[in-house]
Amino acid sequence: MIKQHKLWQSKSEVKAQITDRLAAILPGEILVNIKDLCFKRGSRVIFDKANLVIRRGQVTAIMGPSGTGKTTLLKLIGGQLQPDSGSIEVAGFNVHQLSHSNLYFLRTRMGMLFQSGALLTDLNVFENVAYPLREHTKLPESMIRKLVLIKLEAVGLRGAKDLQPSELSGGMARRVAMARAMALDPTLILYDEPFTGQDPISMGVLMQMIRKLNDASRLTSLVVSHDVQETAAIADQIYLIYGGKVMGQGNPKQLLDSDSPWIRQFMDGLPDGPVKFHYPAPDLQQDLFTHA
Amino acid sequence: MPRQLAQLGQTGLNSLGKLGRSLLVLIAITGGVPALLFRPKLIIRQLYIVGVLSVVIITVSGIFVGMVLGLQGFYVLSQFGAAESLGMMVAASLVRELGPVVTALLFAGRAGSALTAEIGLMRATEQFAGLEMMAVDPVRRVLSSRFVAGLMSMPILAAIFSAVGVLGGYLVGVALLGVDDGAFWSQMQAGIDLQRDLVNGLIKSLVFGFVCTWIALFEGHDAIPTSEGVSRATTRTVVHSALAVLGLDFVLTALMFRN
Repeated sequence: MIKQHKLWQSKSEVKAQITDRLAAILPGEILVNIKDLCFKRGSRVIFDKANLVIRRGQVTAIMGPSGTGKTTLLKLIGGQLQPDSGSIEVAGFNVHQLSHSNLYFLRTRMGMLFQSGALLTDLNVFENVAYPLREHTKLPESMIRKLVLIKLEAVGLRGAKDLQPSELSGGMARRVAMARAMALDPTLILYDEPFTGQDPISMGVLMQMIRKLNDASRLTSLVVSHDVQETAAIADQIYLIYGGKVMGQGNPKQLLDSDSPWIRQFMDGLPDGPVKFHYPAPDLQQDLFTHA
Repeated sequence: MPRQLAQLGQTGLNSLGKLGRSLLVLIAITGGVPALLFRPKLIIRQLYIVGVLSVVIITVSGIFVGMVLGLQGFYVLSQFGAAESLGMMVAASLVRELGPVVTALLFAGRAGSALTAEIGLMRATEQFAGLEMMAVDPVRRVLSSRFVAGLMSMPILAAIFSAVGVLGGYLVGVALLGVDDGAFWSQMQAGIDLQRDLVNGLIKSLVFGFVCTWIALFEGHDAIPTSEGVSRATTRTVVHSALAVLGLDFVLTALMFRN
């Protein structure tokens, strides 16, 4: 881990180090390193000494049943949540030990696609995509316009630049959010359930887009999803998490061929197996007939 | 009994925690104000939403309050043969008390509740989280401009309320009930003092604007990000603002109008 607590180290020095380190990481090298991550919500354990590695240039998928903390993991990587113990390093920098200013600087090198899109509802499509450029650069208006149009063209929505977020379908909103997440040409892009609630056409488009953008823009993508087939089709590496731990990892083929009952149940979508469909409850007959 | 005591203690702790959080939010908001000097468009947009869109309700309310004051004032004053003092009575009531107080109550109901709902829904729809991940501080970026707009709008709205109220009083007193036109205006001119009445009224409206906007923004920021949570936060904004305005009005009046 890169030391970042030297008193004489100014914020700008750390920012320069972050920039240099991100540029120096080669494809296949570790970009995000999650070590012994523990996180609880109240008494509920979300992560219990979880270890994950995300490599530069790859599409890494985090999969698991609903409520296993997949979105929480993205928020932990983005520094929006603080782990109880363990560490999350991005380019060698512990996200949770960075100062507020340096964390915000690191976030300019990350893009995140939220499940809902999280578009700013008082701005139209063009302004939403232009927003990070206006906030973090001093580019002239003509340049911002060109960059926004290029990003919108990449997601197929250049023609929708004047629409308001309320006029977009769910799939379109996510594509706009994707264009916005890419506006600053980040190194790492985090996708939170990109396929949920999408029609087959939008899903296919989104799948191809995630893969193509990752390869064409030399991004590193982290996709959180529980859509097995879609995710397996585009991921280089998959982590399966359940009960706060990594239950399986490998490339899609390794996981699809795995003999582990837990992995089989999840990959094949079986109702019976180590993961119970029903939330723990007393016996049904007892519950129905014992109480008045 | 121990259980009730524990509940009472918990309620006290929760209230203190909330007060502490609201102070932290206020500090963060004020920290974002200097940066707004370089981005006046953000304030202008919010001035339109918070201030300009409130002008209709303030104007209509002001004229009716002024008319009622004119009517009631005329009935009372004419019993003592002092109906000519109607202008002074209407103006003093509006500038000192009703202008700032009623404007603040209306402001909390219209703009304050809208601010809370907007901020609460922005949190519920992950817009705040989205801003954070875009390396933009949502408190400074979203709340500070709204805070400044609320602070600037309130005195102007209170002034509009008072001015329109005086016209309402004039309509009823002079045009309908026959009070002398010259006496109405001259008594008002003689009886209203710049420092005692107008400046104090301005200070009151500034204080109320500060408190109402702070409550509205904090409640939105602190709302549980669900439809029920936002609904409750909106209600709390109106109730807490009304109580704060009425309570503060008594304190300010006692401090300002001592002999």
